[in-house]
Amino acid sequence: MINKVVADADEAVRDIPDQAVLMLGGFGLCGIPENAIAALLRKGVKGLTCISNNAGVDDFGIGLMLKTRQVKKMISSYVGENAEFERQLLSGELEVELIPQGTLAERVRAGGAGIPAFFTPAGVGTEVAAGKETRDFDGKIYLMERWLRADFSLVKAWKGDTAGNLIYRGTARNFNPMMAAAGKVTIAEVEELVPVGQLDPNHIHTPGIYVHRIFQGRGYEKRIEQRTTRKS
Amino acid sequence: MLDKIGIAKRIAREVRDGMYINLGIGIPTLVANYIPSSINVVLQSENGLLGIGPFPTEAEVDPDLINAGKQTITMMPGSALFSSAESFAMIRSGKVDLTILGAMEVSEQGDIANWKVPGKMVKGMGGAMDLVASAKHIIVAMQHCSKEGASKLLPSCTLPITGLRCVKRIVSDMAVVDILPGGGFKLLERAPGVTVDDIKKATAGKLIVEGEIPEMTL
Repeated sequence: MINKVVADADEAVRDIPDQAVLMLGGFGLCGIPENAIAALLRKGVKGLTCISNNAGVDDFGIGLMLKTRQVKKMISSYVGENAEFERQLLSGELEVELIPQGTLAERVRAGGAGIPAFFTPAGVGTEVAAGKETRDFDGKIYLMERWLRADFSLVKAWKGDTAGNLIYRGTARNFNPMMAAAGKVTIAEVEELVPVGQLDPNHIHTPGIYVHRIFQGRGYEKRIEQRTTRKS
Repeated sequence: MLDKIGIAKRIAREVRDGMYINLGIGIPTLVANYIPSSINVVLQSENGLLGIGPFPTEAEVDPDLINAGKQTITMMPGSALFSSAESFAMIRSGKVDLTILGAMEVSEQGDIANWKVPGKMVKGMGGAMDLVASAKHIIVAMQHCSKEGASKLLPSCTLPITGLRCVKRIVSDMAVVDILPGGGFKLLERAPGVTVDDIKKATAGKLIVEGEIPEMTL
C-alpha cells in the first residue's frame, strides 16, 4: 500500500502558497480540520479563498484566519456566527459568495466527480440565479451551476489508515467526503491513525485514492457552538 | 393570538404518521416537542442525519452530533448518517415529505422571503433555498405582522426572495391560511381570541374568506 503519512499539520500544509483556493470540511465547528487551520495560522499564508459551509466563530475555526486577515474570499452558505466576518464584509475587506447549501454540496461533489455543471431548482427566481443559464426540464425551471474544485482540500475524519482511507463519525461527516474528492491535493487529519488492514473496508467512507497526505491530529478541542441539553 | 409555543402546537397537528420531516431553526424546531407519541415520524437534519432525537443529557453531549442549528442532539434508534451532498440529494428528489420553516414575508402567490434584509447583516441562505425549491409540502411558521404592525402576508414580497410559488400553508400567531394554486390567502382557522376582521386588517395580500371560520384547536 502507498504510505501517505506526514509527520504533522505543519508538514502537511508546507507548500500551500499565498492566493491558494482551499476547501475546508465542517458544518459550523463540527468536523472542521482544527490542526490544519492552526498550521495555516503559524505559516501566515495570505490571500486565501476558502470554500467552507461556514466561516467559524470569532475565536475558532476559520474565524481565526479571518482575524489575521489571511482570507481574501469566502465561499459559503451561512456565515451568521461571526462578528469579525461581518465587520470585514461591510468594510469591503472580505469578498463573499453565498451559495445555497445543497448547491454548495453538489458543486463540490461535481468537482470531485468530474462533472463540470449540473441543473438544480434551488435559487430559481432569486438573486442567486443572476447571470446563470436556466432551462426547462419536464415543465420545471432549473438553474445551471458549475463544479467547484480546490488547490488544497483540508478535511477531518475520525479514523484513517496510512493509505488514506477515512471513516467519519456522526454529523462530523458533512462536507468532508466531497471536499476530499474535489482537492488537487487533499490533506486529511484524523483523531486516530492506524496501519493498513486495521479498518474494515466495508466501513470506509472516503477511499484513500482521494487523499494525498494524512496525519494524526493532536489536542482536538471540538468546540460546541450551541450546547443544548435536557435535564434527564 | 398564539405565542411561539402555540404556533408550534398547531403545526404539530399537521404531522402525519410515517412522514420524513425537515424542521427549520426557531419555532419549527419546537414543533418536535408537540408531535403525539402515537405518531411515528423521522426528522431530517440537513447536516447529515435522519432520526434526530431529544437534546442530550449533560453526560450524553457529543460534539460530533449536532443539528442544523448547531445544537447538540441525540439520535433515535434506527438513525442514519450521511454527507451533506446525500442530504440535499434526498431533499432535492422530493423524499422529504414536509418542510417547516420560518419566514419574514410570504406573498399571495406562495413566494417566500426569509434569508436577507438588504443593508443589514447578510448571514446567508443556508439550506433554505434548496428546501423550498424541492419540498413536496411547505408549512411556514411566522408572525402575521411585524413589531411595527406591518403585514407580512403581502401581494408580493419586498425582501429578496428565497423561492417562488412554493408555500402551501401558513400558521401564524393569528390564523391558518392556505395559498391557493391560483394565488390568494384562503383563511382556514382563527387563533383563539382573533376575529376575521382582525385577520383582514393584518393581511395586506388578497384574503379569501368563505363561510364560517372556526377557531383553531391546539
